[in-house]
Parts: sequence; C-alpha cells; structure tokens
Amino acid sequence: MIANVSDVVPRAGARASRQTDTEYVTFRVGAQWLGIPVLMVQEVLAGQRITRVPLAPPEVSGFLNLRGRIVTAVDLRVRLQLPVRAEDSGTVSVVVRDEEELFSFLVDEVGDVMAVGAQALEPPPATLDARWKQCCDGIVRRDKDLLVVVSAREMLHLEQAS
Amino acid sequence: MDDLLRDFLTESNENLARLDREIVALERTPDDRELLASIFRTIHTIKGTCGFLNLTRLEGVAHAAESVLGLLRDGTLTVRPDTISDVLAAVDTIKTILEGLERTSEEPAGDDSAVVARLERWLAGAPAEDATAPAHAVAAPEPTRGTAARDVEVAPAGGGEEAPDGGERPDSKPSIADSSLRVNVTILDRLMNMVGELVLTRNQLIQLSLAEEDSVYLAPVQHLNRVTTDLQEAVMKTRMQAVGGAWGKLPRLVRDLCQANGKRIELEMRGAETELDRQILQAIQDPLTHMIRNSADHGIESPEERRRAGKPERGTITLNAYHEGGHVILEVGDDGAGIDPAKIRQKAVERGLVKAEAAAVMPDAQVLRFIFEPGFSTAARITNVSGRGVGMDVVRSNIERIGGTVDVTSRVGTGSTVRIKIPLTLAIISALVVGTGGESFAIPQIGVVELVRVTEEARQHIESVHGSQFYRLRDTLLPLVQLDRMLELEEAPHSTDYSIVVCQVGEVRFGLVVSEVFDTQEIVVKPIGRLVKHLSVYAGCTILGDGRVIMILDAAGIAACAKVGAADEGRAGQAGDSVAGHEGEGERLSLLLFDTGQPALQAVPLSLVSRLEEFPAAKIEFADGRSLVQYRGALLPLVPADHGITIAQRDPQPVIVFSDGRHSMGLVVNEIRDIVEDRIRIETSAGRPGILGAAVINGRATEVVDIHHFLKLALNEWFEAAPGADARRGKRVLVVDDSPFFLNLLTPILRASGYEIATSDNGRSALERLERGEEFDIVLSDIDMPQVDGLELARRIRQNPAWERVKLIALTGRSSPSERQRGLAAGYSRYLVKLDRDAVLAALAEVTMGEEVAA
Repeated sequence: MIANVSDVVPRAGARASRQTDTEYVTFRVGAQWLGIPVLMVQEVLAGQRITRVPLAPPEVSGFLNLRGRIVTAVDLRVRLQLPVRAEDSGTVSVVVRDEEELFSFLVDEVGDVMAVGAQALEPPPATLDARWKQCCDGIVRRDKDLLVVVSAREMLHLEQAS
Repeated sequence: MDDLLRDFLTESNENLARLDREIVALERTPDDRELLASIFRTIHTIKGTCGFLNLTRLEGVAHAAESVLGLLRDGTLTVRPDTISDVLAAVDTIKTILEGLERTSEEPAGDDSAVVARLERWLAGAPAEDATAPAHAVAAPEPTRGTAARDVEVAPAGGGEEAPDGGERPDSKPSIADSSLRVNVTILDRLMNMVGELVLTRNQLIQLSLAEEDSVYLAPVQHLNRVTTDLQEAVMKTRMQAVGGAWGKLPRLVRDLCQANGKRIELEMRGAETELDRQILQAIQDPLTHMIRNSADHGIESPEERRRAGKPERGTITLNAYHEGGHVILEVGDDGAGIDPAKIRQKAVERGLVKAEAAAVMPDAQVLRFIFEPGFSTAARITNVSGRGVGMDVVRSNIERIGGTVDVTSRVGTGSTVRIKIPLTLAIISALVVGTGGESFAIPQIGVVELVRVTEEARQHIESVHGSQFYRLRDTLLPLVQLDRMLELEEAPHSTDYSIVVCQVGEVRFGLVVSEVFDTQEIVVKPIGRLVKHLSVYAGCTILGDGRVIMILDAAGIAACAKVGAADEGRAGQAGDSVAGHEGEGERLSLLLFDTGQPALQAVPLSLVSRLEEFPAAKIEFADGRSLVQYRGALLPLVPADHGITIAQRDPQPVIVFSDGRHSMGLVVNEIRDIVEDRIRIETSAGRPGILGAAVINGRATEVVDIHHFLKLALNEWFEAAPGADARRGKRVLVVDDSPFFLNLLTPILRASGYEIATSDNGRSALERLERGEEFDIVLSDIDMPQVDGLELARRIRQNPAWERVKLIALTGRSSPSERQRGLAAGYSRYLVKLDRDAVLAALAEVTMGEEVAA
C-alpha cells in the first residue's frame, strides 16, 4: 500500500508518469478534495452570474451563460449534503460536458491537475456514506489527505430530476 | 436551375472526385473488396438519380459502368489495367455530361456508344489481353452525324487520368461544386451562438466608448458595430432555405392525382425563392402536401362539370409564397367548386359541433372554419387520395405547433384559398418580459391576451372565492395565479401595484399576477437542461441583451400546475360546447342570495326553497348537540350555513327553510340579501364541502351552495324511504343534462323520493346507455345540449320500438308555447320548466302511476 503512494505524482513531474496515469482536476468542496478526469472538464470559471430556476431540485443552483451556451449549475455542497456555504464566500465553476450538455460544478476552490497511476486508485471504503459511495470511483491517498475521485455522470444523477 | 438538379450536381461532383481517387487506388490494390464495393455504390447512386431525373445519356453510361463494376465486385472478372481504363473512361464521360448539364440545365446531346461498347465487351467475358490496345486508350466518341450540339465536350482520347480542361469553358463561372458546400447544421447553430455572444460584447464596447468623450476607440468600435451586424445577418441567412425546396414533389403529386381522378389540373407555383428557416420548412412539408391533395381531390371539379359550369376544362391550383411583416404567407388556391357553407353548416350540426339555431346565424367565414375540426370531411365519398377523415385538422395542428395560423376563404363556384401564416424562424419568438419576486421571466406573446394594471382602486375587482382569487374582468371571473407563490419565490409586499397578464390556453383563460411588466423582446429560445426538463412550467430559457439568462414560462404548464380550468375539463371535451354559444350564456335561474360571513355571497336556487323565516333567538332550543325550533307543529332541525355562524346569535335569526313535504330543514344564515333572476354561468369547482361552484352575480363573485350537503347534515331521514316510495321503488330514471350543477341538484332529490337514478351529460351518451341495453322507465332530459340535443334524443328513442315503454319528460330553461310544441312533437309527454322541484316530482309520480294504471 505504501509503495503505491509513489505513483501519485504532481503535475510538475508528469513527464515521468507512466502511460496508465490518468490526470484529474482537483477541487475542494467543504473540507474534502475531490477529483474528476481532466478530459471531462471543459474549463474553469469564476464569478459567473447564475440565474435561479424556481422549483428546480435543490442541487441545481440555476443556469449560467457561457458564451451563448446555457450551462446548468449544480452545487456540489448540496449534492453531497455538506453544510451550505456562507453567503459571502465565492464559488468556482468547473464546467464539464456530459452527453453534449454543459454542466457547471460549483465548488469552493480548484487545485492542481494531478496524475494518478491506476494502482494508486483504491476502491471506496465500505463504510463510506451511501450518497458519497454512489458517485465515488475511488480514493487516492495523498501526503496529507485523501482525494476522492468522483464520477461526473453520477454527480448529475439527481433523484428529483428523473 | 431546378433545386433537385442542383443538389444532384453538387452530390455527383463530390462523388466523382472520390471515384477518381478510388479507381486509381483500385488499380494498385485490385483485391480490395471494400474499395470495389464503394466504387460500385457510387456509380449505382448516380445511375439511380439519373433515372429519376430522366437523364438518359448519363444513365446509359453509368449503367454500363455499373455492370462491369458489378462483375468485378462479384469476382467474376478480375481487375486488370484495361478494365480500369474503360471504367475511368466512363467516369470521364459522366463528368463531361455533368459539366454540360451544369451550364445548360440540360443533358448535352452526344453519342456514348463507343464507351458503352468498350464496357460491354467485359460483360461477355474478359477479352484477351491485348497488348496493342493502349492501356488507357478509349476512342474518342465521335459525335454522330453532326447532331451533337456545338458545345458538347466529349471524353478526350487517351485522357484517362486527365480531367477535361476546365479552361475551355465558354464562361468562367465557378462550377456548383466550387460555389456550394455541405455544412453540418450543428456548426451553423454554433456559429449563431457565437455571433450572439459577439453582439453582446459589441454592445458593451459601444457603451464604454460612448461613456468616454473623444474616445480613440469610437471609430474602430463603430466599424466593429457595422461588421458585427452584417455578420449576424449573414449567419442568420445560412439557416434560411428557399421555400421551393419543399415544393419539389408537388408537380408529380398533382400529375398522379390527375391520373387517378381523371381531372386536368395545372399547378402554378410562385415565390419559390421566398426564404424561411429550415426547421419551419420541414414542418410545412406535410401540411402543404395535404392541402394540395385536398384542392386536387375536393376542390377542382371533373372536366365535364367544369365545362358545364362554363370554366376551362383544365383547373388551376396556385401555390404562392411571400413575405409579409416578419412572417411568411403561403397560399394554396384553386379555381374549383368552392366550399358550400350550407353543406358545412349541415355537417357541423350533424356532428354536434354546433346547434342548428347557432349555425343558422353564424357568418359564412366562421362556418368555413369547421373544416379544420377533427374528422370533418365534406367529401361525400372516400377516395384513395384524400378524404379519409384525416385532413385539414392535421394541417391546422401542424401549423399551430410552429406558431402559425391557417385560414380559409371560399366562394361557391369560384374556388377556395387556404392561407397559412408562419413565422420566419422558430428559434426567435416575441416574448413579454415580466418581473416578480426579484426574478425576471419571459412569457411567449402568443399566449398573452391582454395586460391589466391593478392599482389601489382597481383592487376591489379582486374577489376571493373559497381560497381562490378571481379578477372581475368585464363580468367574467378570471381565475388568478400568483406567479411568485406558484414558483415559491419571495412574495411581493401587498401594498404595491401589480399587473395581471391575461393568458389563454385553449379554452381556458387565466390571469398571471406579476409585480412588473418590462417590455416585449424578440428572444432566442434555448432548450433547458435535462436536470430541470421535468418542470412543465418552463418552455425553455433565453439569454437577454445584457447576457442574463432568464426562464421562458409555459402558459399551458402553469395552467396545469395551478389547476385553473380543471373544473372545466369535463366540458372542454365537448368540442361543440363553446361553438354552440354556451360560453358565458348560462342557464336562466332564480337564485336566493344570502350572507354567511364569507367574503363572497352565497346563493341557492329559489325553486328549492320552501320559505324564508325569522325566528326569535329565544325560541331556538338545543338538544343533544342539535339546534331545533318549533315550526308548524313539528321540530325543525337547524344547520348553520357556515361554521363561522353561531346559531341564535342574531335576534331574530334568519333561516332558509327547505322541505320535501314531510321533512323540513332550516339553514341558518347571517342575512338574506336578495333574489336575482338572470342567465347565470356556474363554474363548478371542487372547493370546500357544501359549495357547488361559483358564479358572477350582479358583478360579484358568488358561491352556489350545495343544499344536498346540508340536508344530509340535518336529517338522515330525508334520504330514507318517503311515503309512496314503495310504488316508485325500482323505477329507473335516466337524467340527461349537460350541466353538472343540475345533475348534482336533481339527483339527490329524486333518489330521496325512491327513484333509481342514472345520469348522462348529453344526448349521445344517453343513447349509448340505452343501446347498451340499460333499461329505464323514465328519461328526464334537458333540451339544450351539445352533440345530441334533447329533441333529437326524444326522436331517436321514439323511433326504436324496443324503447316504446320509456316515458319521456323534458326539463328545460325555456318554455315558450312554440318550444313546448316542438318538445311534445319530438315525443316528450311532459314539458317542464327546470328547477320547479315539486312539479318535477309530481310529473314523475303521475307518469309512473299512469303506467301502472295502463298496465
């Protein structure tokens, strides 16, 4: 297990990374760092005006305008049942594309892109909260904390909207 | 040039370019089956289209080449350089012909027999490899005996790989292959989006440059402004197509119809170049075909009929398209027999779409609109062309779906014209931008009827009827929907003025209450994402000029969510109801108005009331939880008309007495107000118990009380056997009335008297019950009803000997002597005025007695 940690290399050392490595965009929601494959991410934005959609599921913060395209914003704090953020703290939009539609994950902070070897990705622990487990693809141990690799597709699976 | 031909040329040029590459590649890898199959398919496609376009020369060459390629593909023939050469020569000939075709729109004359002959020798079996035959030599096909036109170019000798030199063309116009391009629509949509973005940025820049005096940016920004506008127009244009594109198949259609019907018809098409959005173009294709069919089949008469009418034997169908103020107008006209309004009237009455009296006074223009009703076809016979019951209603619904309108004008003997008005594009709609609860929304203008600004003074027009709000708009009660409440937004403070957006969805009208109405804008409709797609209150969303995203409301979705008009749903199914002029007319009724402390007045039909009394409070007694009063030697149970009323609080206490002759009940009210007699339209609604519905009476919202409810509260015995009930027991009465109000009112009274009751809400369903074999002793029917009215019902019952013993009693709102006469003539034995309860009961008793005597 401990040997696997060496598979976790920061982007700076990506040159040395093996072919099996996957790059993840990391971001923080509450106190937890999460990651999604970089290939799913279209861009990262800050300070976007979001239009509320009344009656929408609570996870949906609203719509934003990305160069003329409508993006559905999903607040990951609500999605993952974390405490609601203070009103004055800003959010960052991680724009992902799924089935030709654009979504924005509202997160607290965006971190580095990280390359992770296949062996470094451990299955989610059995004790993980059911709501988290549903969208968790695996766990990566980092020096100081754990990075939860999530599935964007599952994140967009809302009970109310189906 | 014909669009079809242009498409064919574009496509063929693309295909031929590929063919050259592929054939050369085949020479190098003769065993590549896939390559062979692809080449075969390409030639096959060209051949197929040639046949369709009647290009015989092209077809001949392509056919020969295809045959050889077929053998190669099947492996019957092996690929040899000389085979390839022959095929290439054929391809070159095809190219040459295509070029001629492009210049003159006609297939150039020429003789391809040499090329074809060289190909055909392969079909007879592979010729011996002939060293002397030049590998790629094809004898130049000689123009036969000078019949070829001068400008015919022939495949150059030995020019297998060399395309004919384009430099020799008489004019240097670029070929179609060069001047048009196939582009994926999604790319155009993206372009459109990006241009929209650019427009927004330009607007911001203009604002910035204007804010600064003597800005150095002013001139370049103005230039940017012009370029952006041009760009926007150009990109919009890429989505536009000529309407003629949807007309290609019509001449053939008309020709086939002529053959099938033995008619002679000329199709004239004008304005084929009129452009509109491709999405709309697709949507009108089917309706257009339908309309042309209709004109050819029902409109234009046979040659003999036309001759007799003094018209030319050949009829004309005109198709005309033109722009008119942001819309495209499409007209399909014919010089045929026209539509006879009398026939339509008759048919509409037969179909129960309208009552005979109403139809008689209806203007012709309105009568003609019946042809757009479902299942309405005036063709006496069914042909295989049209007239299968699917018809103009489909045209109408298709056109309305894309926000268009359709209308028909006609003159008997002269012809008819159907006029369709459609928007230029679906992507852009006109919408009203409103604000409420701190958010903005767009409402498509198409569903908005009017706007009402409600100021402090106008607020008295708002009435509240058991929890629902209504606005009194010209004597109709307009149900109100508070947008902020419905969308769970912050509610606006009630002191401020607000606006009512009057929306119409089908037959239902309602008022949407919003805080502010901003303006009307042309907006681009964008679909909403899958996470909120389930919200039926939205039709989509849009991006405003300042870059904000706002939601577009769906009036139909809002009406459904707020359940406005839900009580009318039962009636909405009866298509004829509104047409028959029932709307807003109502029944003529006498009502007793009283006050129970509710914001709205209460009402009860006067015919149900026995007496109005005032009892001294001291005389009212309370025994085992019930209130009673000594009245005419018996105890009269008292029931408060509202839970807010305390009995005997007033002195004297006003009471409305209801009685069936044996039992009585007193309804305790605060004050008896008035008696009115008027035509009253009662909106039934499932409100709180004890209320049947609401109506506007003397300009005020009034609730109509369900006496049945209070009778039950007061005396359970009321519904137990009444004297004489034994004789009546088992007598089955079918009550037929289109008003749920009267059915509700009458049923309990009749049941209380011992009859078995069944109900039908119109004559047709009553007949259906009888036809199903249900047995009734008495049919008690209203006269004015949609579909099959009371007179018709009586006639039909009397026509059937099986129903000979069924007694008929008419119950009606009107009773002039002539009407009574008509009722009796139709077969009714009694003709009673509605709501005279005692008379109804007496008549029923007499009829049943009479039967027993007769038996």
